[in-house]
Amino acid sequence: MRAILEVENLTMHFGLIAAAESENVTVYEGEFVGIIGPNGAGKTTFLNLVTGYLRPQAGRVRFRGRDLIGLHPNQVTALGIGRSFQIPQLFAGLSVLENVLLALAMADGHGGDFWRRLHDPARVEEAQRLLVRFGLNGHAPRPAAELPEGGRKLLDIALAFALKPSLLLMDEPTSGVSAAEKFALMDTLVAVLRESKVTTIFVEHDMEVVRRYADRVLVLSHGQIIADGTPAVLLEDPEIRRAVAGWG
Amino acid sequence: MNRSMWGAAFAILLLAIALGVVLPSWVVFLLTLGLAKGLAVLSVVLLMRAGLVSFGQALFYAAGAYAAGFALRRAGIQEAFILLLIGPLAAMGLAALIGLILSRYREIFFGMLSLAFAMAFYGVLVKAYDITGGTDGIGIPPPTVLMMPLATDRLRLFTYYLALGCVAVMLYLIRRYAHSPLGYATRAVRENEVRVAYLGGSVQRAIYLTYVLAAGLCGLSGVLVAFTVGHIDPQLAYWTTSGEFVFVALLGGTSSVAAPLGSAILYEVIKSYAFKYAPYTWQMVLGVIMLVIIFFLPGGLWTLVERAPRSRRGQEVQG
Amino acid sequence: MNTLFIILADGLVYASWLFLIGVGLTLIFGVLRILNIAHGSLYALGAYVGAVLVIAYFQDPDRWPFASFFLLLVAAILVGLVVGPPLERGLLRRMYGRDPALQLIVTYAVFLILEDLIKVLFGVNPYYAYKPFGLLGNVSLAGVNYPYYYLLLLLVAITAGVLLWFFVNRTRFGRLVIAVIHDAEVSTALGINLPRIYVTTFTLGVILAALGGAFTAPMIAVVPGIGVEVIVLAFAVIVIGGLGSPEGAALGALIVGLVRAAAVHLVPELELFIIYLVMAIVLLVRPQGLFAQAEVRRI
Repeated sequence: MRAILEVENLTMHFGLIAAAESENVTVYEGEFVGIIGPNGAGKTTFLNLVTGYLRPQAGRVRFRGRDLIGLHPNQVTALGIGRSFQIPQLFAGLSVLENVLLALAMADGHGGDFWRRLHDPARVEEAQRLLVRFGLNGHAPRPAAELPEGGRKLLDIALAFALKPSLLLMDEPTSGVSAAEKFALMDTLVAVLRESKVTTIFVEHDMEVVRRYADRVLVLSHGQIIADGTPAVLLEDPEIRRAVAGWG
Repeated sequence: MNRSMWGAAFAILLLAIALGVVLPSWVVFLLTLGLAKGLAVLSVVLLMRAGLVSFGQALFYAAGAYAAGFALRRAGIQEAFILLLIGPLAAMGLAALIGLILSRYREIFFGMLSLAFAMAFYGVLVKAYDITGGTDGIGIPPPTVLMMPLATDRLRLFTYYLALGCVAVMLYLIRRYAHSPLGYATRAVRENEVRVAYLGGSVQRAIYLTYVLAAGLCGLSGVLVAFTVGHIDPQLAYWTTSGEFVFVALLGGTSSVAAPLGSAILYEVIKSYAFKYAPYTWQMVLGVIMLVIIFFLPGGLWTLVERAPRSRRGQEVQG
Repeated sequence: MNTLFIILADGLVYASWLFLIGVGLTLIFGVLRILNIAHGSLYALGAYVGAVLVIAYFQDPDRWPFASFFLLLVAAILVGLVVGPPLERGLLRRMYGRDPALQLIVTYAVFLILEDLIKVLFGVNPYYAYKPFGLLGNVSLAGVNYPYYYLLLLLVAITAGVLLWFFVNRTRFGRLVIAVIHDAEVSTALGINLPRIYVTTFTLGVILAALGGAFTAPMIAVVPGIGVEVIVLAFAVIVIGGLGSPEGAALGALIVGLVRAAAVHLVPELELFIIYLVMAIVLLVRPQGLFAQAEVRRI
């Protein structure tokens, strides 16, 4: 298996707080990796560092051999990394369809096109197909602001997915989603992602979600990766459970 | 735009052309001024759609007017259509430089910096008396049309049609732009800059392009006003001119491309009547009308203008 | 050496004036988070009321002339108390939390209304209230005649600054104001009476604006439109110093005053727009101003 993401010695301190402390991990193509840890462990910081939203104080990040340190999020995204957020980052005033259309246009390199229409028929068809896969096509013409919470999450992920990334980073995809909807959401997501063979790293709070869907889990605590292995084994370990205290 | 909308637009255009011949000369003058300044108002709206309020559009308005003025008076370029190109080009050139700095700022800082540049330009226009004529300004003689001199009685009508033509073309171009990926991307920048970046887009580039485009519109506006009024002075660059553009832009709202033009015309008409009947109180009347609209028009023009409340815009990404 | 001294003197005088016209604006922004475009008109109102009072006072030539200075102060307070509360309670209060562009439009509308109201109330002919200006006589500094009135202006500016500092930092009310500046929402949650803070601060800001106008009246011909340039000058000063910071306004005024004085005597061509040049430089280098308060959004 080829390595898609190599993280070496990643370090980031905010004053006295170590959000990332010499993190080392290699993620391989096709993997479905979950990251768990208590609040403040540095999970979102990890995603911010990898995607260039933050610049680390030390360490290297390589994506398919290409050094990412120093790049801005838009450059990192252009290389093939998509990201969804804990609080969905959408274009609230645009319709759900327009959100996706824009993502598709930008993925194709047509983001700077000022003459042709965004609502190009071929693009619209592709957008609708994408929305169907994510179960959102019923909401297509409505403003993204009107979506229910689960829908907003899905759209946020759909936007990242529309870029046809090789690596997808998701920050708490099921947070804020009701317990009843959680697994339906993940079932949909995982099916789409596995089918398209997208390597996925997702930060999660919910242990059940990680247990069910991840091939591999990283446990973060105080900025350090304290465990790295299969969910079945790791999540039974009482030490781990204590370190991640607060979940359940 | 579907068939019926094209039909309506065409009908309005025909009506406007006919009105030019039918209406009394001073009304045509007002319409021309409204159309011309409407382009500057449109430029403000363009920037507002990107989430920016510029208090310095008067810079490009004046730059366009003075560029045309110099070309006409100093360089002997008299052809109207060439002058119509010179104005916007000069303005866009200036914007290409200033935009490099300005595109890195937002909100109040963008507004204040744009104001600073415009007022600095005003200072230059006033002080450089020998070149610019200082506060006296420069007289703008009638341009030639396709190399032929224009009869003075035809001047007003011609300027009206010139403005009408420019506005029609600009409306079409802006409409195309608004429906294009770049147009939507700029709106997206206003909605959520973080998401735009995480879609691979360069926020700064989108803002820079919009800024230069808006400057071009302003420059064109300046040339047209120079033709219409026949005189230009440093007041064109003063902050109250910029303020007027912003004021009118908010009157019409930012959600449609044609609304700025409509409100600009309405504004010129109201201003003219108000000034005629109440020379010392027309500004007060305008201000009161403005306040009445804001406070008493239930969900009126403002719901179009008000952005989503803070909590929905570009959320904090830090975990 | 002579020139340096003159530049210093000129600069200080101009700085005092700039501080007076800027500090009210920055105070209002700091607490109410509104950029009050009508500020210039309030300055003008102060000038007009001051001029009217002084002219009326000197109708009787036997009156004690130095009382005219107090009249100027009275004028400022009058304007503040009459205009401040209705404006804040009636108009601005409905605009809190709404789109800043909309707030600007409202203060712009108020500016338009006040400019014409001044014409209606006072007419368009100039008012000359120069008596107080010459009362204190002149002093010769480095070969140039400076009216002692300029010193008075400096004193008024310093006093206003010190009193404001004292009020904000040493009184209970001032502490509440600071709390509101830092976080209005939390302040409300703590039970602080926000509306009262807002109206008091706004009125104070209006008094300061009118104070600038009142003490300027004896130096100029008071005509319609004197407030128009003041707004943008005041903006420039407080942006340089940092929006919302009175100390910033002082520092900004000082810098601009000295730089402008230098320009006037050394490079006169720059005089008109040197202030905007300084503002642009500060915005480029340190966008939040010299005493940071507002956050800067920079990508």
